[in-house]
Amino acid sequence: MFNQQELSAILDNMSEELAAQLQGCAFKMVGIRTGGVWIARELAKRLDYDEEIGELDISFYRDDFTRIGLNPSVTPTRLPFGCEDAHLLLVDDIIMSGRTIRAAMNELFDFGRPASITLAVLADLGQRELPIAASVTGQVMQLPKGKRLKLSGPEPLSLNQES
Amino acid sequence: MSSSLQLNHNGNLKHFLSISGLDKALLTSILDTADSFIEVGERTIRNVPLLRGKTVVNLFFEPSTRTRSTFELAAKRLSADVLNLDIRTSATSKGESLSDMLMNLEAMASDMFIVRHAQSGAPHFIAESVTPGVGIINAGDGWHAHPTQAMLDMLTIRQKKGRIEGLKVGIIGDILHSRVARSQIRALKMLGADEVRVIAPNTLLPPEIESLGATVFNQLSAGLKDLDVVIMLRLQRERMHGALLPSEQEYYKRYGLTQNALKYAKPDAIVMHPGPINRGVEIESAVADGKQSVILDQVTNGIAVRMAVMSMAMSGQTEAKNLLKEAQSA
Repeated sequence: MFNQQELSAILDNMSEELAAQLQGCAFKMVGIRTGGVWIARELAKRLDYDEEIGELDISFYRDDFTRIGLNPSVTPTRLPFGCEDAHLLLVDDIIMSGRTIRAAMNELFDFGRPASITLAVLADLGQRELPIAASVTGQVMQLPKGKRLKLSGPEPLSLNQES
Repeated sequence: MSSSLQLNHNGNLKHFLSISGLDKALLTSILDTADSFIEVGERTIRNVPLLRGKTVVNLFFEPSTRTRSTFELAAKRLSADVLNLDIRTSATSKGESLSDMLMNLEAMASDMFIVRHAQSGAPHFIAESVTPGVGIINAGDGWHAHPTQAMLDMLTIRQKKGRIEGLKVGIIGDILHSRVARSQIRALKMLGADEVRVIAPNTLLPPEIESLGATVFNQLSAGLKDLDVVIMLRLQRERMHGALLPSEQEYYKRYGLTQNALKYAKPDAIVMHPGPINRGVEIESAVADGKQSVILDQVTNGIAVRMAVMSMAMSGQTEAKNLLKEAQSA
């Protein structure tokens, strides 16, 4: 659907928008594993952000534990900074229901009360189940029924439809 | 005997009763999940919402401080409600049968029982008779097993040594009365330790010990030679019936881990002890508090391992319940 080159152009646009929105703000970057971390790294390059990027594993915060159980391959969350009073730039690859972002925000708050959270996502598929919106969106898309969107990476990045 | 009882239709944990019956992949997955919970323990807010709305009952038929309190803390950090039942003051001492008590607890919508019992096999019995959907965790049964202690030891070894494969590990002391040692030997063999030694006088060794894959040493210095990991066991005075030892002084002289004795092990060997420690009986204070000791790391890791097995077992119960629901609606 989108190859590395096309994604690169989308990421350029996203970082321009982010730079404008975050102008003069000392923000900290956090990616949601796995795809969100890849996108965060790409945006960091373009935003001249050279600090270590936080990596969030939201497995312990999902709201469907009582329905589907625990993610069998959970990895430790790694935040190289505190969240108290910090301006956070939260990055994910794909947004749909909004439940992942809710879980991520709940997790971030357990590290302290952030001053603000800005959300950047590469692709927005609509179909929201919660009142959550991204501050910067790379591409708004609609998928045919029964299809899923998957980001492959990190080198090269590509965004593809799967059945 | 317990593999089918412990696992659900997908091969995931639904009770945690013993190490035997679990394969290397599952044990490794417990350690990996525990690693993530260690990170949670280092945060400003140490709770995660995984078991919100669930009720965990600590069912301790034998006294315990460390194990009970780390289970309690683990359950609370998973946001579960915790009920601590002191059986000595509960209705079983008024003649209520174990089955009646369990039925009553289930009627209070309990989701998980953490069971410690002096009888080997008691947690298995409860797991067999409990309502589907309720998970059982063995917190030590008789001389049989103490699987969460073994797993927190494995986590500590992996954390300090980077691996378990290829290591030489010695377990020293009262193997006969130790449910910890049996679980440790099983876990170490399953996770690929190069050699597991048991070091004790013959009177403190059970007859079947070599069938578990352990090598027997009666002399401390020979047993300690080239060890990467030295695991001390507590001398269980309350379980000593009959004259198994000439005296505690004599035992300390022959099997006590002193700074001098520790020199026989590798210079970077770590020293472990499940606690509570008897200073001057099985271990010298200078060793227990020394720089090779990882005894307090074991306690910290105990919380993470217990969070891991509780959330994994609850997850396995959920999968089993979903299957049941599907079957009923089909």
